[in-house]
Amino acid sequence: MNLLTVSGSPHVHDHQNVKSIMYGVVVAMIPAIFVSVYFFGLDSARVIFISVSACLFFEWAIQKYLLKGALTINDGSALVTGVLLAFNVPSNLPAWMIIVGALVSIGIAKMSFGGLGKNPFNPALIGRVFLLISFPVQMTSWPIPKALFSSSVTDAITGPTTLGILKEGLNAGKTVQELMANSGFPGYVNDMVGAQGGSLGEISAIALLIGAIYMLLRRIITWHIPVAYAGSAIIFSGILWLVDPTRYIDPAMHMLAGGMILGVFFMATDMSSSPMSPKGQIVYGVGAGLLTIMIRVWGAYPEGVSFAILIMNAFTPLINKAFKPRRFGEVIIKK
Amino acid sequence: MKTFKLGGIHPGENKLSAGAAIEILPLPTQVCIPVSQNLGAPSKVVVEKGAVIRTGQLIAKGEAFISSNVHSSVSGKVTKIDSVIDTSGYKRPAVYIDVEGDEWEESIDRSQDIISDIRLSREEIISRLNETGIVGLGGATFPSHVKLMIPEGKKAEYLLINGVECEPYLTSDHRLMLERGREMMIGVKILMKGLNVTKAYIGIERNKPDAIDHLLKISAEFPGIEIIPLKVKYPQGGEKQLIKAVLNREVPSGKLPIEVGCVVNNVGTALAVYEAVQKNKPLIDRVVTVTGKSLKKPSNLLVRIGTPVNQLIDFAGGLPEDTGKVINGGPMMGKALTSLEVPVVKGTSGILILPENESRRIPVINCIRCARCISVCPMGLEPVLLAQLSENQVYEAAEKEHILDCIECGSCQYTCPAGRPLLDYLRLGKNKVGVIIRNRGKK
Repeated sequence: MNLLTVSGSPHVHDHQNVKSIMYGVVVAMIPAIFVSVYFFGLDSARVIFISVSACLFFEWAIQKYLLKGALTINDGSALVTGVLLAFNVPSNLPAWMIIVGALVSIGIAKMSFGGLGKNPFNPALIGRVFLLISFPVQMTSWPIPKALFSSSVTDAITGPTTLGILKEGLNAGKTVQELMANSGFPGYVNDMVGAQGGSLGEISAIALLIGAIYMLLRRIITWHIPVAYAGSAIIFSGILWLVDPTRYIDPAMHMLAGGMILGVFFMATDMSSSPMSPKGQIVYGVGAGLLTIMIRVWGAYPEGVSFAILIMNAFTPLINKAFKPRRFGEVIIKK
Repeated sequence: MKTFKLGGIHPGENKLSAGAAIEILPLPTQVCIPVSQNLGAPSKVVVEKGAVIRTGQLIAKGEAFISSNVHSSVSGKVTKIDSVIDTSGYKRPAVYIDVEGDEWEESIDRSQDIISDIRLSREEIISRLNETGIVGLGGATFPSHVKLMIPEGKKAEYLLINGVECEPYLTSDHRLMLERGREMMIGVKILMKGLNVTKAYIGIERNKPDAIDHLLKISAEFPGIEIIPLKVKYPQGGEKQLIKAVLNREVPSGKLPIEVGCVVNNVGTALAVYEAVQKNKPLIDRVVTVTGKSLKKPSNLLVRIGTPVNQLIDFAGGLPEDTGKVINGGPMMGKALTSLEVPVVKGTSGILILPENESRRIPVINCIRCARCISVCPMGLEPVLLAQLSENQVYEAAEKEHILDCIECGSCQYTCPAGRPLLDYLRLGKNKVGVIIRNRGKK
């Protein structure tokens, strides 16, 4: 007779593994990939291809030659980082810059901390912020897609994003209403569908929301971080907007413009850099929402999602310590 | 539908043997009865080699407060008093008996009549359960008579009967409620009398609708006993989870159910109590589920204690070709057996045979901090953190993070996408913390 296998309980597993989670995230990003290719053309496919290849290559090379460990590129996490990095850059970014971004994402932000699950910061965001600071011109000149259903799909014009237009205009003393009435302003519908200037993955709120629903249904993410993040951003920007609608952007525009939806569902929910208990996730989400609006409204940059999430990533270990799950039968000791 | 709120999982139910009526397993030719089958101190052997004994005769006496008598499950001759590797994987003293006929002790009522009139007083019930070696049959094998002795200053309000059977595959409690419901209900009445309570709840998950219907029907004859259907969720059979689900009371950390006025017993125990009190029958047999996807005939068998496991498997169609693992108990909390010679003991609720392709764990990779272990933990612990502390051998820190609250249900490891052996580390940590606390007491 064959030998019996002996191991501790449990003897069954629910058969979701890291790979299926990572590929689930990739599936959730497919609608946004299609939208970006639709609006930015093959340039967008080029960026995604270079970013993914570079991320996979750096992970492979670092594992094989520097760490000399088991190869991990099949687990899908480098693939996710690659797509997310591509989502966070303009579609006309030179290839070498994308490769530098990938090296920073995988090499510095992920592998130097121990690889999968050990990164304290979201690797794709570290890559993006590195590029933004190093190459501010290239990182903020956005190809502008023509409005939906116009004759040509793309053109070579570059210009500011929705948030860029507003920031610049407000600084120049114009009101929000004047800026939004301007003919070049994308408006709510275009921002929702994706006909706006911006990084290639952030433009379409609808495509990102479809992916988000898929991730929620597959339990890849839970509602805590997205709801807390979006909720606090809406409430905070809503208060400002009620105070002075001429100087502050309304909450709906805050949600649709820039990287808000991408950040809320895909970036802030990165498992290794976000808190673990539901309470902690809510605190983290609320913090990220407040910071995003603060940076957008009072900061030098028109966009605040990346910085807000990275700052909250830095607080994650403290949040994990301070906000524990409620224990069963917790005995509350009164002082 | 009632259930507990915190954590929990829903593994594939696989109740393959749910439709198989309880069959009586033919007597084996030899039994091996471990004399330490209960939680607590081992019992002292009171028979000698060569002795001719009857079915139901005392062979080991429990002398400590938490210990329990063991009786012969067959008649025949004691061939040796030796040791055996039992289902826990440890060597334990055991009495080996060669079976000759089936001569029962005359004091045992073997008729089929159901006796519903409870004549024994509370004290007599407790001493009868002690004499007959009744222990909790849900798996923990805590001596039942001790459970009825409520500590000074505490008061039992409710008796909870566990008919949840939340472990996948297992169906012995299900069949028992269906086929021997009336006797089981009388057993509940006896336990109520023993505890001096007027209200009992029987919690049953709704994946056993026939058992719920049957007990609801006969419960009219048993005032004070209420049937509570529960949503299917693991580990609802954990006593703390069951109390939470049925009564919405939370047993404080580190305390027993009596702290919130509850005593929990399993339905199998209730039946054993009935037989002990009304029929004077010691605990010498029990219903065991023998099951597995490749097994020819998944069954529920009434088995004499001490019967080797392989006889049960043979009766259910023989060991399948593709067997990879044989488990004593269910797939979530059961123990993998190292041999098929081990005897059935009082705590054996099922024998599960897993095929080779389901016997191996998934490869272990880095924790991705997905926090699923935290969200499924029914005790609200952080398994990832506790496993890490235990792996790094900082057991004092693990104690502060309440590692002792862990009920070892395995939900964390079941759900871990990185295949991390969380429960292995938690068990190790609990053990080490236990040693630290005992040493602290000595100083």
